[in-house]
Amino acid sequence: MNFCVSMMRWLPVVSLCLTVISANAVIETYEFSEPSLEARYHRLSDELRCPKCQNQTIADSNAPIAKDLRFLLHEQLQSGASDDEILSFMVDRYGEFVRYRPAMDSNTAVLWYGPLLLTLVTLGALGLHLRGRQAIKPALEPSEEEREVLRARLAVRDSNPERQP
Amino acid sequence: MPRLRLFLPLAAFILLSLLLFKGLSLDPTSLPSALVGKPMPDFALEELHSSEVLSKQGIIGEPMLVNIWATWCYSCRVEHPYLLELAAQGVKIIGLNYKDDSVKAIAWLKDLGDPYALTLSDTEGMLGLDMGVYGAPETYVVDAEGVVRYRHVGVVDAQVWESQLAEWFRPFRNKGVVLP
Repeated sequence: MNFCVSMMRWLPVVSLCLTVISANAVIETYEFSEPSLEARYHRLSDELRCPKCQNQTIADSNAPIAKDLRFLLHEQLQSGASDDEILSFMVDRYGEFVRYRPAMDSNTAVLWYGPLLLTLVTLGALGLHLRGRQAIKPALEPSEEEREVLRARLAVRDSNPERQP
Repeated sequence: MPRLRLFLPLAAFILLSLLLFKGLSLDPTSLPSALVGKPMPDFALEELHSSEVLSKQGIIGEPMLVNIWATWCYSCRVEHPYLLELAAQGVKIIGLNYKDDSVKAIAWLKDLGDPYALTLSDTEGMLGLDMGVYGAPETYVVDAEGVVRYRHVGVVDAQVWESQLAEWFRPFRNKGVVLP
């Protein structure tokens, strides 16, 4: 009974969790003269970051500036600009920040190689640690002197049957 | 040596703390401007009051602030009194009325005072886009040759003026313009 009550209390939370958050789809639609342009539009608008609402692409942001950038993207695609031309147009205005995959330069090298470097350092540290443990292991085995002492004690015990359990 | 290794976690913790502490004072919304050091983009926009079409050549010639503002922008109202003060002290300020309604903009300037030497009406936001504007208010320092020297995102107040903007106007002190 108690269980049922507590479940009832959680029901709103559970139902909220199950609710599909309707994607904040972009409202305006653009006509493209060729299907390939439309595919490029979707790819590029998914790669360009909205300058106002950072961490959203211009494809999923409703900010006015994202709308402007989508408009420009459509214009440029229709007028036959290449992907590189479009990206450099955006970078000229908003900086390398506007791209989710920034070009390699001294500023972005950490972004590109940081994870790789971190993985290598971690693997290296792990390797050293494991080797260290292996080096310690033999020391846990009794030395020859210790074996002598133990043998002697066992011999004493064996020669004294009364003390055996 | 093994004793020193015991302090490794503490060292890592202190390093991480320093990193996170630095993060507290960073403003993630301030972006480096792609335009600093480059000429201000050219344009053909109407002046808000006279409707005369102006180009870049028509407005440059001395160091100035280009202030992006709009009536829908609350922070613009906050910085407005300080812009009036700067204008009164002889700083040339060009207004860029960004994505706004001209009638509302004219009324706004009439009610609150007009700090702008002239106001460009960028109803579509296209000059704003060329300049990399992503919100209002933003303020650019443009030098006498029309090159963008500095960009400030957010409200301009006395502290911002003193620490970031004033230096670009200093040479003009010699010509008798008194600046704060």
